[in-house]
Amino acid sequence: MSNLKKLTKMRLFLPIFSMILVMAINVVYDIASGNAPFNFFTISLNNGVLYGRLIDVLNRGSEVAILAVGMTLVVSASAGTDISVGSVMSLTGGMCCMLLAGYGVTNVSEYAMPLWVGIGAGILVACACGLFNGFLVAYMNIQPMVATLILWSAGRAIGLLLCNSQIVYVRVESFQKIGAYVGAIPTPILIAAAVVIIAALVLRFTALGTYIQSVGINKKASRIAGLSSAKIILLCYVICGLCAGIAGTVATARIYSADTNNIGLNMELDAILSVALGGNSLGGGKFNLAGSIIGAYTIQAITTTLYALGVSSAQAPVFKAIVVILIVVIQAEPVKEFFKKRAAKKTVEGGVQA
Amino acid sequence: MNKKLLSLVLVAALAMSLLAGCGSKEEPKATTAAAADTTAAAADNETEAPADTTAAAGDETTAAAAAGGNTTGETIKVGYAQVGHESDWRTANTKNYQDVFSAANGYELSFVDCDNDNAAQLEAVRGFIQQELDYIVIAPIETAGWDTVLQEAQDAGIPVIIADREIDAPDTLYDAWVGTNTKNEGITAANWLAEYLDGKEANILVIEGSVGASATLGRTEGFNEVAAEHSEWKILDSQSGDFTQAGGQEVMESFIKSYEGQFNVVVCQNDNEAYGAMDAMKAANITYGVDGDVILISYDATHDGLQYTLDGAINCNVECNPIQAEVVAGVIQAMATGGSFEKTTLVNDQAFVAPGIESEYATTMTQEILDGRAY
Repeated sequence: MSNLKKLTKMRLFLPIFSMILVMAINVVYDIASGNAPFNFFTISLNNGVLYGRLIDVLNRGSEVAILAVGMTLVVSASAGTDISVGSVMSLTGGMCCMLLAGYGVTNVSEYAMPLWVGIGAGILVACACGLFNGFLVAYMNIQPMVATLILWSAGRAIGLLLCNSQIVYVRVESFQKIGAYVGAIPTPILIAAAVVIIAALVLRFTALGTYIQSVGINKKASRIAGLSSAKIILLCYVICGLCAGIAGTVATARIYSADTNNIGLNMELDAILSVALGGNSLGGGKFNLAGSIIGAYTIQAITTTLYALGVSSAQAPVFKAIVVILIVVIQAEPVKEFFKKRAAKKTVEGGVQA
Repeated sequence: MNKKLLSLVLVAALAMSLLAGCGSKEEPKATTAAAADTTAAAADNETEAPADTTAAAGDETTAAAAAGGNTTGETIKVGYAQVGHESDWRTANTKNYQDVFSAANGYELSFVDCDNDNAAQLEAVRGFIQQELDYIVIAPIETAGWDTVLQEAQDAGIPVIIADREIDAPDTLYDAWVGTNTKNEGITAANWLAEYLDGKEANILVIEGSVGASATLGRTEGFNEVAAEHSEWKILDSQSGDFTQAGGQEVMESFIKSYEGQFNVVVCQNDNEAYGAMDAMKAANITYGVDGDVILISYDATHDGLQYTLDGAINCNVECNPIQAEVVAGVIQAMATGGSFEKTTLVNDQAFVAPGIESEYATTMTQEILDGRAY
């Protein structure tokens, strides 16, 4: 009993619980339709690569998971969201492919420039975007949503300009590999894992995490205590830009082309949602990185589940909305309070009886 | 002070608009006279012309090209308000108009690229009316809001032809409509499939375009209409890939898991989705195309898409035809010569099939066709 209580009190309990709930839908569906009950979770080796719906969730959820890392920090430090990340992803892809293919060329099977130059430049541009956002928020005191609104609309447009308004294909194997497989494992999973692990290590073994939370809780007090609040906020936005750059590179490599109109489209919303699903307050302050990551994969699990259930595309958004509302409500303070009170009542009653 | 300035500006604007109003009221006489002239001239010249042009409006583009030339003996002034230049398809459409309505063919084309700006397009059409052109062709950017300007054109006595897309206006306000229909593309694709399968079973997976897009609705409706006639066909599932490569890949990955070994036809509602579906099938070791287990049908027939068709990876690729000017010219000729013409004319869509496939619905792909494409 007390073990269960300990478990439910853990900070990650609700995010993980929600994710399991989403996946449980599949078990019910599989049993109902006569498949093996754990069909959804079966992972096998097919054609030399890992194969299974769980792999799909991990693979397809990579971009949002990477974005969620940066978004969590931004939300924590500045009590606002960076809505430009989707556009910055597209800009990164545009920059990268433009350099790799050469300006105005739409289809190449050989690099015009070394691979690292293209990817490096793309990610550098993304970092510059983060710097720009961070400067506006931290030093100009512009509200985060307004400040990032600029690149939200301009980022994609610049990407289109770089690619001459066309889809630029880079059909070179080493580039395609970034979005495909390394050995048996999809590369995006490895990249997402690397980003998450590095972020976790940095936050654990340096004081950065504490600084960010302190700035998020009270900017002025942190400054008086000797922290450069503005610099820390700026840093968070740069990290967010970097994450958008990495996610953009993955999304671009997946389709080995800069489809600037569609790369990262609406992904900023998924990133913000995953922060919220992870049990983080969008009001800033304390954050929970693991929660955000779980939130990101939960979103992908919902999408993949809807595909698996064969829900028609027109109805899918409604189902998605219902699931999201449920998860958010489960984690809402009043609901938590209600369950706490009920539990307390039960213990009191139990005590009286004994 | 400011108020005074403002009122002055307003008065000036009013005066200007009044002047403009007077101008447009005077126009009708002049144009009707001109129109009467041309019809008279036409009646003298040729009487078989109408029959020619209506035939041309139908099937063969080559015949239409021949009919595109002006036979009235007078230069016909045509205004074309084009949507913009947002895609290669649009560029090819523009070039086609410029080629057909050339000075050599006896036309004077006033071409306006409206850059996807609805207001600019309305302005362009008003400009055509003021220039007293003989015919106005509009490729509408938006479906609604055309009543006023079409009424103005009608008052001025200038025939209007709506091209390419449809509009929400009473059909008494314009004289003819020439365009394509995405439903027809769906029908063509399904007809080809029926011919290719020749009665064999089909288990079909459809990767749709964006939910609610007109191309998605039309292509789905047309395909399903034919599919309903074939009891041996079964559409296993239909999901949206949002017209993107990433979307097509993700949906196909899921399809492969849900319907492993159960499907033999995949229909992608644009080429980008087809590229994604091909990647997903490749990763799962499923063969597709002419030599493969799965028949792949795609729409759009972009340059890359046709390259895949030529390589045999895509079996059949259906496009909506940007070459429409010949048909429009045919209608204009019929109008000028007082002949009969259809109120609405569908431009035939084209389909391309991989080498080794012969079809009555589609052209077999060759390198020459690919090289000869305008886009």
